[in-house]
Amino acid sequence: MATDLIFLKRRIINAIALLLSAAAALLGLACLAWILWTTLSKGIAAFNIALFTQMTPPPGEAGGLANALFGSIVMCLIATAMGTPIGIAAGTFVAEYADRHWVGYTIRFVNDILLSAPSIVLGLFVYTLVVRPMGGFSGFAGALALAFIVIPVVVRTTDDMLKLVPSQMREAALSLGIPQWKVTLQILYRAAAPGIVTGMLLALARISGETAPLLFTALNNQYWSTDLSEPIASAPVVIFQYAMSPFEDWHALAWAGAFIITVFVLALSLFARLVLLRKRVAHD
Amino acid sequence: MQDALIAAAERRAIRDARHDLRFRGLVATAGGFVLLALGGAALSMLWGGWETFSTFGLDFVTSSNWDAIDQQFGAWVPIYGTLVTAAIAMIIAVPASFGIALFLTEVAPTWLRTPVGTAIELLAGIPSIIYGMWGLFVFVPMLAEHVYPWIDANLGQWPLVGSLFAGPPLGIGTLTAGLVLAIMVVPFISSVMRDVFLTVPTRLKESAYALGSTRWEVVWDVVLPYTRSAVIGGVFLGLGRALGETMAVTFVLGNAHELSTSLLMPGNSIAATIANEFAEADTDLYRSSLIALGFLLFVVTFVVLAIAKLMLRQLAKREGR
Repeated sequence: MATDLIFLKRRIINAIALLLSAAAALLGLACLAWILWTTLSKGIAAFNIALFTQMTPPPGEAGGLANALFGSIVMCLIATAMGTPIGIAAGTFVAEYADRHWVGYTIRFVNDILLSAPSIVLGLFVYTLVVRPMGGFSGFAGALALAFIVIPVVVRTTDDMLKLVPSQMREAALSLGIPQWKVTLQILYRAAAPGIVTGMLLALARISGETAPLLFTALNNQYWSTDLSEPIASAPVVIFQYAMSPFEDWHALAWAGAFIITVFVLALSLFARLVLLRKRVAHD
Repeated sequence: MQDALIAAAERRAIRDARHDLRFRGLVATAGGFVLLALGGAALSMLWGGWETFSTFGLDFVTSSNWDAIDQQFGAWVPIYGTLVTAAIAMIIAVPASFGIALFLTEVAPTWLRTPVGTAIELLAGIPSIIYGMWGLFVFVPMLAEHVYPWIDANLGQWPLVGSLFAGPPLGIGTLTAGLVLAIMVVPFISSVMRDVFLTVPTRLKESAYALGSTRWEVVWDVVLPYTRSAVIGGVFLGLGRALGETMAVTFVLGNAHELSTSLLMPGNSIAATIANEFAEADTDLYRSSLIALGFLLFVVTFVVLAIAKLMLRQLAKREGR
């Protein structure tokens, strides 16, 4: 009898635990659906072609987000263009030259901390490094702050992807007398290319919604500007400003901007996943 | 003829060696740049906040008097807010993430695991400003109307903890910020947990099943002990995120510089203070105080993330990676 009771108790505990676990997963999915639904329904309601053709308006007037979207695109592209080569090079150094060496461990450690460091801190860093000495907010400073977010993402993926390339490939190439830089550039990069591209796309997805580091580097600009040495508008900062305001039409514009960013980011990260089909390692 | 060939080969070998050295130097510089970036960030903020540290000393951390007009800056309110919101987030997010990881590795049918896992990871990719807007325009009115009045009327009457939950149902406040943060860090913690749960050797789990363990017992007594250090690492990773998150918190926290016991009242956090006030900081001391706040945040997250990294390393080491 007693064993039956113990058995029953264990089964009940098991059932409760599994039920709670399924409930947690359901709750997570519900949050995702709720947030996406809010963004989509409010965003589509405010969506129109003027978003892409008109400038950010003062309160009470109609307008669009053209200058903000343009500023975002320019800064993200510059940040990716600056951060990717440095990230790939540093990732190559860690994986190919300093692997299993204390220098490599240190760089990996520091890089992982940069990867999760609060982005607002990077904004402050660029502020003291660039904005204050140069005497003003600028689009270039904004792009630089974003580049500091790109670098760790690319370093990490490059490192991971190069480690996945079988060492036989390196040995075969080296034994043919090919110098190491050529092995790296023409063989390893080719083998690891999908992974490295994925890292780049994920980095781009991450910076395109970043707000905090832009608040005091690129600042904001109500007008169309292509001058990177001047303050420049960006979609996330404009969304922040408009959403925190008391004006209804600014709210609508903010939702439209949020919709554009969300769709872009989700599409980019899904695409990045498609580029790289995940490899699972068996553990037996 | 042969001499010429040998000479050419030698020249090529020398040239290759030189290129190798250059390439190595190039990538090593990039590696050094990463180290420099972290060191530079820390030093530049210490330098930027030096004026504040030397003016207020320890009072900067312990005083809760933040007055831009009188030029008095005590950061206890934002520090307290950062700690409390992160604590609320972790109290909710850790069990929820564990549940999700459990679901994705042991409970769900195999065909369901990948789509649900991908969906949860997509949550991590949504920009934090979207969480902030959703929090402000959808979550806050919902809480203010349906949840907080109930909490105030019921939990607010409890002895001891009652004062934490008593207050007007504004919707904006410390508890709301904690809840939004929890939703934000769940994907990070649960994906780390799922990945480390998958590293448990199938043999171990099957042995436990063969002895008649239930699924829960296998997870609690075999999987969790095997992955303990990495699970703690994942939790600290989430904590690092929660401490430094800016936009989502700024929207729903209320930007108040008064200390209040109630979690339903508006508060502040380090990141939110910087985001709200930096552009309007008009004096050097004001700006320096905000940079000093950033330095504190940086130091705290550095320590938390370093612990996370070391914990995660332990499991990887045992795995022989």
